[in-house]
Amino acid sequence: MTDPKLRLHGVVKRFGTKLVLDHVDLDVSRGEVISLIGSSGSGKSTLLRCINLLEPTDDGVIELDGVDVAEPSLDADPIRRRIGMVFQSFNLFPHMTVLRNVTLGPRKVLGQSSREADTLARDLLGRIGLADKADEYPDRLSGGQQQRVAIVRALAMQPEIMLLDEITSALDPELVGEVLDLVRDLRTQGMTMLIATHEMEFAREISDRVCFLHAGRILEQGPPERLFTAPTEERTRAFLQRVLDLG
Amino acid sequence: MNPSGISRRQQFEKHQRRRSTVIATVSTVGAIALLVLLVPMIPGWDRVRASFLDGNTFRETFPKLPGRFWYDIQIFLICTPCILALGLLIAFARNVRSPALYPLRLFATLYTDVMRGVPMILWITIIGFGVPGLIQNRTWGKAVVWAGVALVVAYSAYVAEVFRAGIESVHESQRAAARSLGLSSRQTMVHIVLPQAVRRVVPALMNDMVSLQKDVALVSIVGPIEVLRQAGIAKAKFYNFTPYIGAAILFLCVSIPLTRLTDHLLARERRRMQGTAVR
Ligand SMILES: Nc1ncnc2c1ncn2[C@@H]1O[C@H](COP(=O)(O)OP(=O)(O)OP(=O)(O)O)[C@@H](O)[C@H]1O
Ligand SMILES: [Mg+2]
Repeated sequence: MTDPKLRLHGVVKRFGTKLVLDHVDLDVSRGEVISLIGSSGSGKSTLLRCINLLEPTDDGVIELDGVDVAEPSLDADPIRRRIGMVFQSFNLFPHMTVLRNVTLGPRKVLGQSSREADTLARDLLGRIGLADKADEYPDRLSGGQQQRVAIVRALAMQPEIMLLDEITSALDPELVGEVLDLVRDLRTQGMTMLIATHEMEFAREISDRVCFLHAGRILEQGPPERLFTAPTEERTRAFLQRVLDLG
Repeated sequence: MNPSGISRRQQFEKHQRRRSTVIATVSTVGAIALLVLLVPMIPGWDRVRASFLDGNTFRETFPKLPGRFWYDIQIFLICTPCILALGLLIAFARNVRSPALYPLRLFATLYTDVMRGVPMILWITIIGFGVPGLIQNRTWGKAVVWAGVALVVAYSAYVAEVFRAGIESVHESQRAAARSLGLSSRQTMVHIVLPQAVRRVVPALMNDMVSLQKDVALVSIVGPIEVLRQAGIAKAKFYNFTPYIGAAILFLCVSIPLTRLTDHLLARERRRMQGTAVR
């Protein structure tokens, strides 16, 4: 852990007077997969949005390869393109075909030619078995297919880190598997990932480390085997009991 | 499926449709017959007919009207693109967030409020009669030109509000998705927000265009001999209102198809939105 890929130090985020992230510290190594768990409103989405600079932070440092990207005067666009994000509600662009969804970033941001971007996108879509959907509009796809396209759209930018925000929460149970399989593939390929999730089983299986968020703080973190079986914090225990009982 | 290749459901629906058509036809014919029978019994109907629906006057005056109506259409065709362009610019101006451009935003807000707060006919009078007096140039000093300008400035305020509503109706998550790919705010507006916004407001814009198409006749107050004025001349000559009915028919020929098309687009948009409710 000499040079973390991503390092958060004392990150603070307020919405009005409400403190949503309360001095968050977190080091993420290259290739590491970290799950963020915690009850609704604990700040998981906000943390991911802050890392991707979709939300400005109020205080603290966010270092990407040792460079502080939370510096308010910095142009955020070139940084965002290095970080991929996938959302709970897919957020595909409904007025564009699947192919155009995937090629938009590479063409407009990376300056790839249409042909170059198309070839790459079709290749990526082929790998997830959606080559035949390239020219469909997103509303013709199932939720699971849409979410996989959203992941591919982020991947087409060749990001250094992927942020996944509850990407299976809006899916029918039988479609969850195909999306999680794709995340497993990403792990195998060595992608650095931060995953906010309610799927405890999945978090346990895929993570190198699990962080439990409570009221905007990382209350406890550790390898999944330990955190899920022997949490040290009372709050973590109560949370795990609650969600595992439900599931 | 039965041997004829039609399912039970289809057969039932076919029967229902035929039944509905028959009922609708019978009741429509009945209603028309009733109107034809009853209307002439209204007291004073003869006088109404003579002054509004006189066949001779119609035959004498109507042929001159379509040519004049073309004048209205031309004004409409010239004004429409100007209105759309100006309206979009003003919608953008109302959305700017940079503090340096705050005056622009303030101006745009004031503009939409003032333009929409005064009756159309007053703008045409003020600008159409007022500005030409200040200008000596032959073309640019024409009252019609300035009446057209009045239509453009007033309508662009309404259209700007339609565009603005459309831009705001595009969900924030669409912007977030675009920005997370590294698109700039300008690229996000051009490639993500505007295309979706425009698609959504087409029916509302068409509605405004239907109104504009009728309001073009207001330009007659500054003097050009377009259809309304031509009908007025004919009315004075024949002491009869039938020419106005002729003018009305011409407007209907354009506005009814436009209105139908708008409804059709609206219905399609609604279906589309229902089909993709989860997003
Ligand atoms: N744009 C916003 N304006 C004001 N408050 C917000 C905003 N976004 C989030 N919050 C608040 O910040 C807190 C954390 O929200 P966040 O969405 O990060 O939680 P979460 O852990 O992702 O929850 P969930 O599991 O429900 O997704 C919540 O109390 C929420 O109400
Ligand atoms: Mg969330």
